[in-house]
Amino acid sequence: MEPKKLTHLKELESESIFILREVAAQFGRPALLFSGGKDSIVMAHLAYKAFYPAAIPFPFVHIDTGHNFEETLVYRDELVKRLGATLIVGSVEESIRQGRVYEEKGFNASRNNLQTVTLLDTLEKYRFDAALGGARRDEEKARAKERFFSHRDEFGQWNPKNQRPELWNIFNGKKKEGEHFRVFPISNWTEMDVWQYILQENIELPSLYYTHKREVFERDGCIYAALPAIPRRPTEQVVVKRVRCRTIGDITCTGLTLSTANTLEEIISEIAGSRITERGGRSDDKRSEAAMEDRKKEGYF
Amino acid sequence: MLQQINKSGIQTFHTPSPAEEGGQSLTGFLDMELLRFSTAGSVDDGKSTLIGRLLYDSKSIFEDQLLAVQEASNRLGNEEINLALLTDGLRAEREQGITIDVAYRYFATPKRKFIIADTPGHIEYTRNMVTGASTADVAIILIDARNGIVEQTKRHSYIASLLQIPNVILAINKMDLVDFSEEVYNAIQQEFEGIAAILKLKKIHFIPISAKNGDNVVDASLHTPWYKGKTILNLLESIPVHQIDNEIPPRFPVQYVIESQNDRYPVYKGFAGRISGGVFSVGDILLAIPSNRLSTITAINEGPAELSEAFTPQSVTLSLDGNTDIKRGDMLVRLNKKYPKYSSTISLQVCWLNIKPLTVGAKYIIKHTTDETKASITDIRYKVNINTLENITDVKSVLMNDIALITLKTLKPLKYDDYCENRLTGSLILIDENTFETVGAGMIVTDEEIFSFNI
Repeated sequence: MEPKKLTHLKELESESIFILREVAAQFGRPALLFSGGKDSIVMAHLAYKAFYPAAIPFPFVHIDTGHNFEETLVYRDELVKRLGATLIVGSVEESIRQGRVYEEKGFNASRNNLQTVTLLDTLEKYRFDAALGGARRDEEKARAKERFFSHRDEFGQWNPKNQRPELWNIFNGKKKEGEHFRVFPISNWTEMDVWQYILQENIELPSLYYTHKREVFERDGCIYAALPAIPRRPTEQVVVKRVRCRTIGDITCTGLTLSTANTLEEIISEIAGSRITERGGRSDDKRSEAAMEDRKKEGYF
Repeated sequence: MLQQINKSGIQTFHTPSPAEEGGQSLTGFLDMELLRFSTAGSVDDGKSTLIGRLLYDSKSIFEDQLLAVQEASNRLGNEEINLALLTDGLRAEREQGITIDVAYRYFATPKRKFIIADTPGHIEYTRNMVTGASTADVAIILIDARNGIVEQTKRHSYIASLLQIPNVILAINKMDLVDFSEEVYNAIQQEFEGIAAILKLKKIHFIPISAKNGDNVVDASLHTPWYKGKTILNLLESIPVHQIDNEIPPRFPVQYVIESQNDRYPVYKGFAGRISGGVFSVGDILLAIPSNRLSTITAINEGPAELSEAFTPQSVTLSLDGNTDIKRGDMLVRLNKKYPKYSSTISLQVCWLNIKPLTVGAKYIIKHTTDETKASITDIRYKVNINTLENITDVKSVLMNDIALITLKTLKPLKYDDYCENRLTGSLILIDENTFETVGAGMIVTDEEIFSFNI
């Protein structure tokens, strides 16, 4: 028999769909963490395919720092409507008002770390037992050893020394009352895989990912949007540049890339030639060498 | 090391990424396949250097990663950049200077995308090696040419055999330190062929390399004119993937039942799952196990797309005519093709993963394909000394990192194949009933001859 060939994107898709279906089968109250970034958009697309023609059997949860690009929210609402999904928003501003967290002060202040509390509060409020995330192992070294099914204790914390071995395609989602899982169906995808898949599947993205003119300023070698969410030092000059987002998160830690890429093809060419990782533009990872590992232990995405 | 990398970076042949290939740029990746391989070895055998070189030469290391590693190297007092830091992820590991878990690495060439399961090679980490090997299509075993075959080589080879990895690459490293001697290479090859025959290893490829200098890693070496084979990267790009998966009897473990009512499908019931052996086509008659009732495939869906056939390891949804009283954990197979075995008394090779030992009489939760049941251990037949490959009988318990042949009795029968015939329907995990930790990895054995080595 002629051996049949599956392309790498098909195999990755198949693996991710398998994981999504395992979550629906093994957990009582799963939710999909949706940030409006390309990875969570791919997750939404995979979930649509996994359960077609039925509706996606879990809600989308957006942890909203209040510092979003407007385009992200518009896109989010349209996507949720098109998929017939339920959207739950956990608000960091609400957590601040309630005194659950305190706003960071100073020029490098970010609500990125505060998200963790809002996320855990939201998971608890709706009694979610599995939170699907779009994290990938190639993003950051603390993630290279992350499991597909990542166990969290009753405080929502990640213990890197006590993760369950994962063999073959058998996933153990058993847990005690109060514990939950983070599940990462696209663990094995790279940034390039995500972009190639978006092109292959013709997935619509927020306009932020394509080149646009924007008022920006430079800090520590990164380019940020000149918006009220990021207070600027007097020396930080605002200039207009052609930029695009390589990742999208909270405005305060989303570095922009100088780019004229206006199509998916141009973006793929640009990434192929890039010498900096996509998280290289994220100030949250630069706080210390183990910044991501520390945030993950606390219960970050 | 940095100088080395920079130097080699200039000299090395630059692997163009898909997007750089001019005319093919936008569709080139549509023909790429995925290959998973594992590497096992200790700090000294050049494993990190080999991985570092594959990542670097395929442009998979970025400047900010290199910079971070360089800073960390300086902090640890290394004057040169330490490439091992790229693959030692967690702080606990960096502090202790050891790799304690499986780390996954990614790189791509225009032909393939690769997933490396990078595992520590020390005996204490047998469980990590087993975990990394469980999904591998290829195992790379490194040997220091100066030392030849050592205990560790046998251990790694045994695990490749146990996990039934279809291809083994024996990379005979540090050839520069033995003057690229063909005699040294031949002697190691000959000795290893003896071990491979005992272990019943499948396909073996021998390559003389110097990971440090790049000989036969990406580019063919000028120092080994006597070697006519492929470089490591050429081999990784050309070894068939899923070669036998589509020739084995068809298996479809039912994962999830999709039910819906909408305009396109007034009443829809589909059976979702990942094909775990063989090929399924519209019109095939299926037997459901355990009900033994028949149905016919009327449609195969991959999302909204309808396919005429689907194969391993595709995730699809089957629409069926006839019996549709089917649930998660059932297995669909083709009528009159070889059927899986169906029994509640099962022998298996187990690799123990947990600090709490396995004992006779203990009960565990079993997960097998999409099925789940309970089991109690009825017998520990023998443990394997994985350094000498001898069987140790009269064993009371199986400790972490031990490999043993055990028998268990399940609450409900499993439908399964021998692990050596199907890695997906022949594997299971054992879960502790109290902690819910994954404590054992099992490979089902019916023909025990397969696992008895005559040494």
